[in-house]
Amino acid sequence: MAAPSENTSSGLMVKAVREGIFAGVIALGMFILYVGIETYQDIDNRLVWRTRWGLLAIFVAVAAIGRFLMVGVIKPHLDRRKLAKAKSGILEISEEKSFFHRHFLKIALIALLLYPMASVWLFGTQGSLKYVDNFGIQILIYVMLAWGLNIVVGLAGLLDLGYVAFYAVGAYSYALLSAHLGLSFWVLLPLAGILAALWGVILGFPVLRLRGDYLAIVTLAFGEIIRLVLINWTDVTRGTFGISGIKKASVFGIWSFDVGSPNYFPKAFGLATSSAYYKIFLFYVILALCLLTAYVTIRLRRMPIGRAWEALREDEIACRSLGINTVTTKLTAFATGAMFGGFAGSFFATRQGFVSPESFVFLESAVILAIVVLGGMGSLTGIAIAAVVMVGGTELLREMAFLKLVFGPDFTPELYRMLLFGLAMVIVMLFKPRGFVGTREPTAFLKERKVVSGSFTKEGHG
Amino acid sequence: MTPETNTMTPTITGDTILKVEHLSMKFGGLMAINDFSFEARRGDITALIGPNGAGKTTVFNCITGFYKPTMGMITLRQGDGREHLLERLKDFEITKSAKVARTFQNIRLFSGLTVLENLLVAQHNVLMKASGYTILGLLGLPTYKKAVGASIEKAKYWLDKADLTDRADDPAGDLPYGAQRRLEIVRAMCTGPELLCLDEPAAGLNPRESAALNTLLHSIRSEGVSILLIEHDMSVVMEISDHVVVLEYGQKISDGTPDHVKNDPKVIAAYLGVEDDEVDEVIAVELEGGDR
Repeated sequence: MAAPSENTSSGLMVKAVREGIFAGVIALGMFILYVGIETYQDIDNRLVWRTRWGLLAIFVAVAAIGRFLMVGVIKPHLDRRKLAKAKSGILEISEEKSFFHRHFLKIALIALLLYPMASVWLFGTQGSLKYVDNFGIQILIYVMLAWGLNIVVGLAGLLDLGYVAFYAVGAYSYALLSAHLGLSFWVLLPLAGILAALWGVILGFPVLRLRGDYLAIVTLAFGEIIRLVLINWTDVTRGTFGISGIKKASVFGIWSFDVGSPNYFPKAFGLATSSAYYKIFLFYVILALCLLTAYVTIRLRRMPIGRAWEALREDEIACRSLGINTVTTKLTAFATGAMFGGFAGSFFATRQGFVSPESFVFLESAVILAIVVLGGMGSLTGIAIAAVVMVGGTELLREMAFLKLVFGPDFTPELYRMLLFGLAMVIVMLFKPRGFVGTREPTAFLKERKVVSGSFTKEGHG
Repeated sequence: MTPETNTMTPTITGDTILKVEHLSMKFGGLMAINDFSFEARRGDITALIGPNGAGKTTVFNCITGFYKPTMGMITLRQGDGREHLLERLKDFEITKSAKVARTFQNIRLFSGLTVLENLLVAQHNVLMKASGYTILGLLGLPTYKKAVGASIEKAKYWLDKADLTDRADDPAGDLPYGAQRRLEIVRAMCTGPELLCLDEPAAGLNPRESAALNTLLHSIRSEGVSILLIEHDMSVVMEISDHVVVLEYGQKISDGTPDHVKNDPKVIAAYLGVEDDEVDEVIAVELEGGDR
């Protein structure tokens, strides 16, 4: 036993070294132009280039050493562990779930409710701004958008690449109607949702006879059309300048967050003037909106319409053979998803106080779709986790000042956002091809609720 | 059941549920079905047989609205006397209002949904109405809850008939092949049809599964549901069907009781006209089926 294992281990090292060198060569080939050479304009406005061999060497070394460790150390270790598990016989099928696992949702909800207080307590009123706004609100907006898109993509299986259009409709509905009609946030929030849903139906009607790739292309085009209209219809939307000075939301009209007003919220409670209170209020608003989205999604899944959505994802022809009107079923999915996009959009407008077409580019649609796919299509928990990881992760990059010590003072980690985003997606898709939560909860059961493995569910063909 | 007043051939008695008249279907230059007429009687099992490529599935797709026929008229007469012209209805309306349900040659289940959910999806239209098109259902009204209870009872009833009660909470894609066939049939039954169209229900089944299928089909017929089926397995056709229609190259070549069709020289020529080994197999299967 000892001799062959020694033999294989030396063979393994040779293999690991070989693969490491190979990975290094590939990394060199990939990054030599992107990382190794940098172009910039000098004082005379000439385009000149300089080399960054040091940075390139780091990239290549990371790839080579990483591959070497993977092949030489980590993989054999994992294999040994797997073998040991298989040898020990009994598979642990019905392992008892941990306390944390069972009460995950309750714990997460309590943590979210306490989050703003905790950050005020830890970082002070002004210091909490960053954590409540940049992390909390930002992530929750994406959670809500992704949950809204989940109805269209995850449940009904309709690939929508233009979801950001409904987000834009919601945001501009709020911005324009509050500016021209002077209506308040609480009136315009449902109105923006209804308008977005209406646009969902208007888009859906001609488009839904298309399937799969064709549907994806047309929705993509629709997203761009909305953005171009917003840019070019300058009389109404003020084009690329955007609309600024959008009214802040109030606490149901009782307290306001405008510093000058008599019922200014912090003044009414004897607190110091700070914009942090507004952000904390907004945090709870978006949290409530997210919970509403989740509640409606969970309820709808148990209704005939929700089951029809999922059936549509599984097999459209079978749906038609069972007397389900696929056109109206698809339209309701589109409209419901668009409505939540509209809610999120009007919230976005009131939070920013400013909307411009720049916020509604295709990249946003792609990010939201990526969150849905990474999280596991149809799974609310998985999507929320994916939103925290992807959006929170990219926000976290801004905080990583220490990376400057490694890569030099002119290294800006934010610029590597998309690189890391892509890398994270590749890694997740390699290890969890169905997303973080690939299983499906059945909506009805006779004896026991068994989760449906991801290998049976389909992604839908449009 | 009121007696049918239509003119019919004297051998056919009882009222008609489905009447296909001068049906033609053209795909480009290909005449898949050419002036095809037949009738199916209420409460009968009518079999549509014929060699491969004869146009059987095309007839099915015309009846269930998946194809729009080039010419011809398809009339469905419901138990209460209402008539529907199927060629004018959309595919989902044929199931919803004309009460015709179908299965597919290659099984089309919702594989990621559980067996029970498959049967609940089939009751979509009833539940939709009960839930007030979702809005009242979201409020949790008792009428909707009652409808849900009734739909689960109906699903249980058919699960029991198909011998699938133990697998009710498993994903449909996890079932063995024969069980998937039975599930597809009871799923169609959950739509509450008057005419059930089965496209090769016995294809790929082993003898035991085939027997289970026959039992299921008999119990469906005893519910008063008429069945129209396409089948290749002669033992199944001869054992269960009351009426056989034979199709070759898109045209009807024979129509009558199984015994009549079996001895029809045209049918024998269509099936056995060519000398080869397969023919012997067909005869063997047929004799076996006849003996049982």
